[in-house]
Amino acid sequence: MLELVIFSTLNGVLYGMLLFLLASGLTLIFSMMGVLNFAHASFYMLGAYFGFQLSQWLDFWVALFVAPVCVGLVGAAVERWGLRTVHKWGHVPELLFTFGLAFVVEELVQMVWGKLPVDYRVPALLDFHAFELFGTTYPAFRMFMLLISVAIFLVLLMILTRSRIGLIIQAALTHPNMVAMLGHNVPKVFMMVFGFGSGLAGLAGVIAGPALVTQPSMAHVLGPILFVVVVFGGLGSLPGAFIASLLIGLIQTFAIAINYSLGDALSAIGMARPMQGVLSDLWQVTVAQVGPVVPYLMLVLILIFRPTGLMGTREN
Amino acid sequence: MSESMLQVRDLHAYYGKSHILHGVSFEVKAGEIVSLLGRNGVGRSTTIKAIMGDVPPQGSILFKGGEIAGKKPHEIARLGLGYVPENRDIFPALTVRENLYLGQKKANVTGRWSMQDMFEIFPRLEERADTQAGVLSGGEQQMLTMCRTLMGDPDLIMVDEPTEGLSPMMVERVAELLERIASRGIAILLVEQKLTIALKICQRLYVMGHGHMVFEGTPQQLKDNAAIRKEWLEV
Repeated sequence: MLELVIFSTLNGVLYGMLLFLLASGLTLIFSMMGVLNFAHASFYMLGAYFGFQLSQWLDFWVALFVAPVCVGLVGAAVERWGLRTVHKWGHVPELLFTFGLAFVVEELVQMVWGKLPVDYRVPALLDFHAFELFGTTYPAFRMFMLLISVAIFLVLLMILTRSRIGLIIQAALTHPNMVAMLGHNVPKVFMMVFGFGSGLAGLAGVIAGPALVTQPSMAHVLGPILFVVVVFGGLGSLPGAFIASLLIGLIQTFAIAINYSLGDALSAIGMARPMQGVLSDLWQVTVAQVGPVVPYLMLVLILIFRPTGLMGTREN
Repeated sequence: MSESMLQVRDLHAYYGKSHILHGVSFEVKAGEIVSLLGRNGVGRSTTIKAIMGDVPPQGSILFKGGEIAGKKPHEIARLGLGYVPENRDIFPALTVRENLYLGQKKANVTGRWSMQDMFEIFPRLEERADTQAGVLSGGEQQMLTMCRTLMGDPDLIMVDEPTEGLSPMMVERVAELLERIASRGIAILLVEQKLTIALKICQRLYVMGHGHMVFEGTPQQLKDNAAIRKEWLEV
């Protein structure tokens, strides 16, 4: 039991930190520009494929630095020559633009790399067991992913709270027009944030690619969960996104690991489990079986009871 | 009088499809305090937003002799045009000091006004320098908004209803500050609804009604013109 808790916690935190790498960019972009970027997870996928390709040509360690930069540049270009033009027509066309972009990226990825998963492997240097606990080993590469995510989180926090550009971004989250009228080039800040946010998603892809599976469906597997994170945390709130990322990471990992049902719980406290009636099946459903639906259930519930999300402040 | 700072000629502006400004023309000279008066909804705020490029303008807007119509808000601000918004758009999550710091156009460049100057004028801002700006009182927020704009070293500031909702004592302080700003050679375009402060500190006044100018003159001329006051200003 203890090993289950330790490993699930580690995996949950790791998954949560990965989600945060994506959610941080998405939530910043949303609150500054009012754009709910449906293509955000596509940048994550691009990161994985760029990472794979560069690892093939050169080396994983080169890919780790170069691939996120490439994805960031693609993101900045999308903002500069795509979104900024569509922006004139309002938020719905912007939304549809990013929606279409997600499909374009997916099709392009399939055209270039095919429909099957690519052989993106953990680099040899990190292909060992970090530690062994109760007979179960934990891969070093996962520890490395955790380290990178935590480091990025700290860097992001420092930039946002300590640097001038961070202050400008924070101010533009709530009052972009006023920031511009003080003489700051807000369109350029938007482009940088979009590029940086895409780059972070790309980095998540580079490090998640070898651990998970690098395939064309990886964007739309992660996309919906990402929206749960930003809505649950409160659109535009970085601390909210952080808490929601960890929460959902942990819930999903623990749920999958727990093979108990309501019936088991009843038996444990000495009550008979109901075997008859229309609802009898309900008692047999294990936590692991309902695990995947829990985040979406949380999304629905938070929208009903606290529409601003955990830490959101946006009124409209 | 001295050279022209801001010259607006035949300015039109639209919000969506509704035509708000119907050919507004006026001028602010260097070092002058000019007031733009009128009731709510006649287009005063739209006029200054159009000048700042926040609402797309049609017509000619010359600032220090150069055309600024069609430029982006940040480009206009960098030319030396400061805007103090009506709704006190402070950045609530940032501290007072950070708000002032973002008023500066570059990290280490201040002009005629340093942060220390601001703190001397308003000791209250210094006391609350490391407080989140969102918790300041209305009057303090107004001062902060004004000081933040001054940190960018503008040659002309456009102030939208600075006395709205303030206590008489605070209104007095705003008037003092405006005169103090003008004494450093900065021109002021003051948008107001109330006559009191405008009559006291302005050299010239314009009155707006339904998207165009209906009066231009000195405070004395407006005092003498009961018809204009009755038709366009009194509630």
